[in-house]
Amino acid sequence: MSLYVTELRRLGKRRLTRLLLVLLLLGLATVATAFSFSSHQLSKEVVAAAQVESDAQYQRAVEDWKKTVADCDAAKARGDQNTEDRYGPNCGRDWQPQPEMFDPKWNLPYQFDFRAEFPTFIAVFAGAVALFAFIVGASYVGAEWSTGGMMNLLLWRPKRLAVLGTKLAALLTTVLGVSLVLGAFWTFAFWLIGRYRGTTAKVTAGVWRSIGLDGLRAVGLILLVGAVAFALASLGRHTAMALGAAVAVFAISEIGIRIAVNVLSVPFGDRYVLSTYAQSWFMKQVELFDYDTCQFAKGACEPAKLVVTWQQSALVLGVGAAAVLIGAFWSMRRRDIS
Amino acid sequence: MSAVLEIEGLRKTYRSRKRGVRHALDGFDMRVEAGQVHGFLGPNGSGKTTTLRTLLGLIRPNGGRMAILGQELPQALPAVAGQVGAIVESPQFFPHFSARDTLGLLAQAGELPRQRVDEVLELVGLRDRAGERVKTYSLGMKQRLAVASALLKNPKLLILDEPANGLDPGGIREMRGLMRDLATAGMTVVLSSHILGEIQLICDSVTIISLGRRVAFGPVDEVLAAHSQGAVRVRLEAVTDLPQAAETLTRAGIRVTAEPDHLMLAGVDKPAAVSRVLAEQGLYVSELTPVAVDLESVFLELTATAPVPGQHRQVDQSMKVGEPGSGATTGGWGA
Repeated sequence: MSLYVTELRRLGKRRLTRLLLVLLLLGLATVATAFSFSSHQLSKEVVAAAQVESDAQYQRAVEDWKKTVADCDAAKARGDQNTEDRYGPNCGRDWQPQPEMFDPKWNLPYQFDFRAEFPTFIAVFAGAVALFAFIVGASYVGAEWSTGGMMNLLLWRPKRLAVLGTKLAALLTTVLGVSLVLGAFWTFAFWLIGRYRGTTAKVTAGVWRSIGLDGLRAVGLILLVGAVAFALASLGRHTAMALGAAVAVFAISEIGIRIAVNVLSVPFGDRYVLSTYAQSWFMKQVELFDYDTCQFAKGACEPAKLVVTWQQSALVLGVGAAAVLIGAFWSMRRRDIS
Repeated sequence: MSAVLEIEGLRKTYRSRKRGVRHALDGFDMRVEAGQVHGFLGPNGSGKTTTLRTLLGLIRPNGGRMAILGQELPQALPAVAGQVGAIVESPQFFPHFSARDTLGLLAQAGELPRQRVDEVLELVGLRDRAGERVKTYSLGMKQRLAVASALLKNPKLLILDEPANGLDPGGIREMRGLMRDLATAGMTVVLSSHILGEIQLICDSVTIISLGRRVAFGPVDEVLAAHSQGAVRVRLEAVTDLPQAAETLTRAGIRVTAEPDHLMLAGVDKPAAVSRVLAEQGLYVSELTPVAVDLESVFLELTATAPVPGQHRQVDQSMKVGEPGSGATTGGWGA
């Protein structure tokens, strides 16, 4: 227990942890603040003004139409032959503007709808905190290895697996705490934006439950990213190992595999791309289509579909993370420390 | 006297496709008695640090036996770790932590009272700089911090790898005094160093390692005596008598090396006999001085690492035990 508390302290005292936490806070606060300015609550006055603007636009359009028809008739009276080319058939009388063509909604400013749009902002939050977890997780153990701190600690606690496990637990606890606290503030901030500069209509208990589940999936992904970064840095005994692996995975999975499956015309090629599973984890499912099965010359076509569910994503991401973690602990147990 | 540290037949082999099989430790033995300050000497790459790392559970040996405080390693390492303080090579610390933070975290991990941190900071002379970041420290101050971290546990066995590295002359003297005080207080200290003059001054006993094997061990006086070779310096009243004296002594079975103003004799058991042999020939000595060997010369002789004019010795070139006179041999990386 003392080692666990010590590791929590050590992680909290690290300059990089504090710096990144400040940057994360500033980044999230900036996004929320900037977004709050772009949203405007639709009061009766604003709606009425939009209606007036819409009516005025309709009237202007009718006046323009009438003038165009009159010009056309005058041109015909002068004997012009090409009025149809310039004004259309029947001098455009059939194209009279209709009121429904000028929807007042188009003149309304943007209003944030908490119920419909907050899930997108959960993904934004998860991305930012996952980046924080990745860098902190990798540097926490990577710096321990590269500065000899791990060796020092093992001279005090010569139980390798327990030491590595305790460090991982301290990291995950910290990341979980940061995620939950910041997540609560993030949710509250956007609820406030919705309440005072948007709308929180139809936010029922069911909506809150759905938001909660989205949040849990986000926290799960953040913890997984932190654990994988930790394991990679521990495997390579350097922070750069995790960063290098991340770049390599991005290059191979997101670029290399995409190119390869396109060249080879592999059906549902995106199922081999890692980000598909991250996306599916967030969105509960992702639908992949194989348009090669369609012969559009024969008319409309319903392409073959493959659904990647969040359960499948959990399996793929979980097995991948477990493999890296097992490798890190195996390496810790077997390799000499020099 | 009971042994605090025992190593028997320790082996560590590294296998590499490029470099083949190399024996960093090749049946190494070591024994340190309680309350001693024990010097652990060896050339670069001889296996000193490998031995210490293996002892401390950082490296897995391929064979042999180790025990600390009577408990077999590595099985009992978690049990004895609290009684062993160690620094291995030049320990590094987080540059942005202060010395007090660094030691405080270690103390907390070891469930030690907070006041112990202040005690060791005082002991190594860092009390007034304890709140400053380690990155502002000189090499010597970092070394003091390392020693402080090893002392934090108030261990029964203290293992220090090059503790005087980077220390100023005053610091070296302080360190020497500290080692003696700790030993007087009952702590056993194992000291690995290349400053052989210091080792000779501080240590009660030594172990010398070369290419993964022990080449000498025992109390410092005995090791020196075993390799003194009975060297004696002789001066005569008349320098012109030196050639005759050299001839006389050679006939008496003594190895003589003529110098411009004196003779150096080797293999002399009793210096008085030299005086008598010369007096019988009417040659009278003005100086008859047994030449004491120092640890450095013994070390260089045993490890065959003395510099040779015109040659550049490589780190793996040193003496392999059991092959006296075979000269320098290569092998044994990984220390």
